[in-house]
Amino acid sequence: MIYLDNAATSWPKPTEVLKAMTDVLERAGGNPGRSGHRLSIAAARIIYDTREEIAQFFGVSDPLRVIFTSNATHAINLALKGILKPGDHVVTSSMEHNSVMRPLRNLEKQGIRLSIIPNDPDSSLDAKNVTKIVTSNTRLVVMTHASNVVGTILPIAEIASITHKTGALLLVDAAQTAGAIPIDMQSMGIDLLAFTGHKELQGPPGIGGLVIADGVDASRIEPLIHGGTGSRSESEEQPDDLPDKYESGTANTAGIAGLGAGLRWIKVRGIGEIRGHMKKLSQTLMDGLSNLPKVKIYGTLDPERSVAIISFTVAGKRVSDIGLRLDEEYGILSRVGLHCAPAAHRTIGSFPEGTIRLAPGVFTTLDDVQEAIAAINKVVQA
Amino acid sequence: MTQYGVVLFHTTSAVMRAEKMLVKGGYSIKLIPTPRQFSSDCGIALRFDWKQREQVKTMLDETKVEFDTMHFFNT
Repeated sequence: MIYLDNAATSWPKPTEVLKAMTDVLERAGGNPGRSGHRLSIAAARIIYDTREEIAQFFGVSDPLRVIFTSNATHAINLALKGILKPGDHVVTSSMEHNSVMRPLRNLEKQGIRLSIIPNDPDSSLDAKNVTKIVTSNTRLVVMTHASNVVGTILPIAEIASITHKTGALLLVDAAQTAGAIPIDMQSMGIDLLAFTGHKELQGPPGIGGLVIADGVDASRIEPLIHGGTGSRSESEEQPDDLPDKYESGTANTAGIAGLGAGLRWIKVRGIGEIRGHMKKLSQTLMDGLSNLPKVKIYGTLDPERSVAIISFTVAGKRVSDIGLRLDEEYGILSRVGLHCAPAAHRTIGSFPEGTIRLAPGVFTTLDDVQEAIAAINKVVQA
Repeated sequence: MTQYGVVLFHTTSAVMRAEKMLVKGGYSIKLIPTPRQFSSDCGIALRFDWKQREQVKTMLDETKVEFDTMHFFNT
């Protein structure tokens, strides 16, 4: 079996991640920050240490600005719904996942004004187009760091400097980039970073986060949910302290421990080395697929400007038929269809049929992708 | 017999940060359930050697760990 669906969730996970999760349930099974006994304290330490590691990984100095959520969608909803009020203007790209588009469409019904910057048909975005749309009335710019359909990396640093000229904040959806390419929030000018643990950060599903940059005033962000935090228990009002303001309810200690182990695994291997490996896999897939008849590849076709996600279609064949044959006959697991991103497929011209998406992971080898190309060749010729 | 003090915090994260800093600084401390006579704020408090109260306070201030109050505490 060759797993090429790492953009949906990475698999397999490093054994260190599995071990960290079973360890925490065996040895630190208390409710963090609630009880004050040794098991509660042990759980709280694991969570705090992971906060520190995430802050360092994304270039933020204060670990209390790492807010744990269940996933990137939850983090994006927290930022969008916590910041935007009726009458506010928000700007996004036309390559967004529904984790961004659906909350924005929902907010639109409540009187938030939405502008969508058109990406080019090859999915790239000219930052100059952002200048025309972001105005002094813009409260927030929200953008994917890299497309989940074609992998294209958007020019976040340039967009950040345009955004900041008007006083707006920049929220970046890093679901496909966190762990895949280096992210330094400070030097890139990212105000809010939504990430998920279960993709390239190598952690388990059910854990993600919103990182709030050092200079951003948290009073601009209302919590999404309210409830118990283990702090200021005498009060029936939600506390303003970070991270408690946004983290009501019992934390996912096992998920956080797994995420921490995933981060350490990446650090040991080196994100530069991981990126180099992924670029080779991308290039091999792009070259191999380009040589096949009737195959059309979408996106910039440049591994330097994208993460390792390749989308293609085959003239005269249904994407679902190809996906099924790859799975059943060759054990190659891809994802076909619209990838929860109708806007992106409209932009690249593959709506409503969608594409076949290949997303290798850190454990994918060159042999794996060559085998996949050979299998796709047979399916295409058949 | 050692005489103790406790530091109370608003959040668990602040306690964790304080513990790390003070352990790194070589202080003999222990995290304990917050004594009810002081506060109901956060479930965990930090117990320290009362003789070191000035140094502990300076360390917390210098490392910008936000804490609530500090009390003399003998069990």
